[in-house]
Amino acid sequence: MSTTNLIGQSVKRVEDKRFTTGRGRFADDIVLPHQTYASFVRSPYAHARILQVDTSAAKEMPGVIAIYTGADLANVNGVPCGWQVNFKNGDAMKEPKHALLAAGKARHAGDPVAIVIAETREQAVDAAEAVVVEYEELPCVIDAAKAVQPGAPLVHEDVPNNICFDWALGNPIEEVNEAMSRASHVTTLEFVNQRLVPNAIEPRSYNSSYDPITDKYILYTSTQNPHVIRLLMCAFVLGLPEHKVRVVGPDVGGGFGSKIFHYTEEALLTWCTKQLGRPVKWTAERSESFLLDAHGRDHITKAEMGFDAEGKILALRVKTYANMGAYLSTFGSCIPTYLHGTLLQGLYTTPKINVDVTAVFTHSTPVDAYRGAGRPEATYLLERLMDLAAHEMNMDPADLRFKNFIPPFDGVNQPGYQTQVALQYDSGNYEGVLKKGLGMLGYEEIRKKQKEAANNGKLIGVGFSTYIEACGIAPSAVVGSLGARAGLFEVGQVRVQPTGKVSVYTGSHSHGQGHETTFAQVVADKLGISMDDVEIMHGDTETVAFGMGTYGSRSLAVGGTAIVKSIDKIIEKGKKIAAHKLEANPDDINFESGKFTVKGTDKSIGFAEIALTAYVPHVYPKDLEPGLDFSSFYDPANFTYPFGCHIAVVEVDKETGEVKLDRFIAVDDVGNMVNPMIVEGQIHGGVAQGIGQALFEGAVYNENGQLTNASYMDYCMPRADDFPFFETGTQVTPCPHNPLGVKGAGEAGAIGSTPAVVNAVMDALWSGGHNVKDIRMPLTAERVWRAMQS
Amino acid sequence: MSIKITVTVNGVKHVDRVEPRMLLVNYLRETLGLTGTHVGCDTSSCGACTIHLNDKAAKSCSMLAVQADKCRITTIEGLAKDGELHPLQEGFNQCHGLQCGFCTPGMIMTAADLLRNNRKPSEQEIRAALDGNFCRCTGYHNIVKSVQYAVEKMKAAKPKPKKEVAV
Repeated sequence: MSTTNLIGQSVKRVEDKRFTTGRGRFADDIVLPHQTYASFVRSPYAHARILQVDTSAAKEMPGVIAIYTGADLANVNGVPCGWQVNFKNGDAMKEPKHALLAAGKARHAGDPVAIVIAETREQAVDAAEAVVVEYEELPCVIDAAKAVQPGAPLVHEDVPNNICFDWALGNPIEEVNEAMSRASHVTTLEFVNQRLVPNAIEPRSYNSSYDPITDKYILYTSTQNPHVIRLLMCAFVLGLPEHKVRVVGPDVGGGFGSKIFHYTEEALLTWCTKQLGRPVKWTAERSESFLLDAHGRDHITKAEMGFDAEGKILALRVKTYANMGAYLSTFGSCIPTYLHGTLLQGLYTTPKINVDVTAVFTHSTPVDAYRGAGRPEATYLLERLMDLAAHEMNMDPADLRFKNFIPPFDGVNQPGYQTQVALQYDSGNYEGVLKKGLGMLGYEEIRKKQKEAANNGKLIGVGFSTYIEACGIAPSAVVGSLGARAGLFEVGQVRVQPTGKVSVYTGSHSHGQGHETTFAQVVADKLGISMDDVEIMHGDTETVAFGMGTYGSRSLAVGGTAIVKSIDKIIEKGKKIAAHKLEANPDDINFESGKFTVKGTDKSIGFAEIALTAYVPHVYPKDLEPGLDFSSFYDPANFTYPFGCHIAVVEVDKETGEVKLDRFIAVDDVGNMVNPMIVEGQIHGGVAQGIGQALFEGAVYNENGQLTNASYMDYCMPRADDFPFFETGTQVTPCPHNPLGVKGAGEAGAIGSTPAVVNAVMDALWSGGHNVKDIRMPLTAERVWRAMQS
Repeated sequence: MSIKITVTVNGVKHVDRVEPRMLLVNYLRETLGLTGTHVGCDTSSCGACTIHLNDKAAKSCSMLAVQADKCRITTIEGLAKDGELHPLQEGFNQCHGLQCGFCTPGMIMTAADLLRNNRKPSEQEIRAALDGNFCRCTGYHNIVKSVQYAVEKMKAAKPKPKKEVAV
């Protein structure tokens, strides 16, 4: 394979072989000498007073080493929230302690009450069942809109009305109301963006060990961001010296957001290993994953969009109740605010926008980022409104969008687009993706087919969604001013070995995204060497200097750029070494295709020889340090803003309400692509999750606060025969503010797809004369059938 | 109490004493150290634990180790023969049929079972066969493509004489 022009090639992944041959190494695969195993006693109630925990019988069980309860952890901090949002009146949000083990009260079904540690996993499970807990069950509340009503059961006694914070963004409400009053048509939609369970197929798994001689800890954890876990655990929870703690995120079996957060079990196992002097391991059972992995979405929203007589949007007014669950998860507070409210400009020139969010505690699993995190909720809101408004105004939904799109801008010759909701878009060609999508669809033909079908008693529907997202998270100063308690830069170290082989250490973490391939493509391309000579290392705080991890489609845009910055430093230093060896001025040295050449001559020297010279500096510039090893911290100048157009075609069975997804078209503009094959794979996966939300998935709590579908027997995971092949297309509008011109692709699919599918079902029903405004997701056959009967 | 079992795993005979309640997947992962077979759920729904038991796909989380006594087992580690990858292992790489790789061993073992019984599966037959295996990363698109790649590859390959491994 050519060593140049690797960027842009669909290179097959280098990581595949270990996974296809069973040689991946996931956290649960790791067994340490003198290993012990943990199991948890968990509250069966959503809300209960813990009156007594009797561990005496359990302690006598075979193999039991220790049992700890909330009382033992009374002096240990809880896990922190990483983002402070203030009330409208300026008060800080409510942050009740999220203890490592519940003490006094359990606040959601599954809240851990005791940890049992034994010689084997089976012994730990047996003994956990022998722990006797006396509870007093208390009334609970699960619905966020009900939780704020007077008299609702309180999740935390010191949080009045269960309100974590209220918050608003955009234009003053008076201006929005005034614009709305001028509208000739207002489309109103009240809907639920239902709670989802992320369901990475690898359950969370932790193995923590402590060496009393060196006073050092090692935590193996299925995480998306090992350095962040180490920082939060050391500085905020356990008060451990950070340099004595090594956190390793080995191969991780999918995250989708759910493995970003610092979970109580990580800190608790680390606390336990210090007490016991033996490694402690715990792997979630799937039912625990359902109850404990932070959930996603769960918004109750009323949205109104005002239009003038021509169909131009005049104003958008949004009120959302966002369910935080029982405790604030690591980024729980920023999802419905700075990752949701800030995206409500969408792709449109809407001049007045106001969004008002109330974040609410309930007796349910904490809610945090799940693929897209806030942006799918914003997109669902806008795109459902657009198709509904077109229907109400008797307009074509594509035409309505063309009428309202922000005109194309490249962010270089034309400035970025300043939205009404804080963000400034980097570059975009929004009409381009819709045009392309319509072309792939064969729009006129499908409308003809739909009409014919309706005449024959069949329901076919077409649904659109044109989305934008804020990715490449994020400029530290900007997010800091918005409440983030961390910087969001990334670190990339490039170490050229004496033989010219290159070791790269990135703070980004790969758990399916293929960093070991794409990052190696970038490095090999820039240095003009073979990909075989590049190794990408990630996921270990001991080898990687620092890192903020992988989420928000940030790896390539932020982590990749950090690596590029280090490569630039290597080339610059290489030029000085080459100039010395070739007796030329460094300014006269060109670096291309792995060769340092004196401009205008054929005098050149190869990359490997420069590397060797840097480490064997016999003939070497006087004031230059030996070695060829650079690290860079890159803090982005702006978010990146991928966008696209998703179109679904469905057939609805009139008799049963069953929805069949006939076609799914995704045209995505994620800026430049380093590996189009991997980008397409990311889109596929996101689209599947988004369709899953539209048609299949949703957490179901009963009135007692029990998650009634907390298993794969009950939660409807999308399967292979639920989907057709997806039809994908791309458009490239480079990001103007990072050197690779990339925007990020991890979340696009999940953001764009959901409203397209729901809109398609609505369109099908409209074609059959059913005057339906909304069907609550997931659109099961029963719900669609009921909607058709009403 | 423990019970003696004799199993042949990837062509190697093992004699072990196991607890009666030990799951086959735990025997493979913990006793034999074959960690390529994964556990994704407690309900035999996700298929990450799929192996071949006497040449048939089986979910090893839903079997006791003692039930595998005197059986012949192939795990993902034993699928490649003489250093040559199975066409499915190659197909998953060629068609980007995996991302995080956690479901991949089960997915490949299930697909291998399909291809043993059906050399020319249609797209719908492939999707139906993979229904008991969850993937959260790929949307199944490239997994189906990977299986189709293997079908073509196996069509092109000369049939090899069948070699049975004795228990």
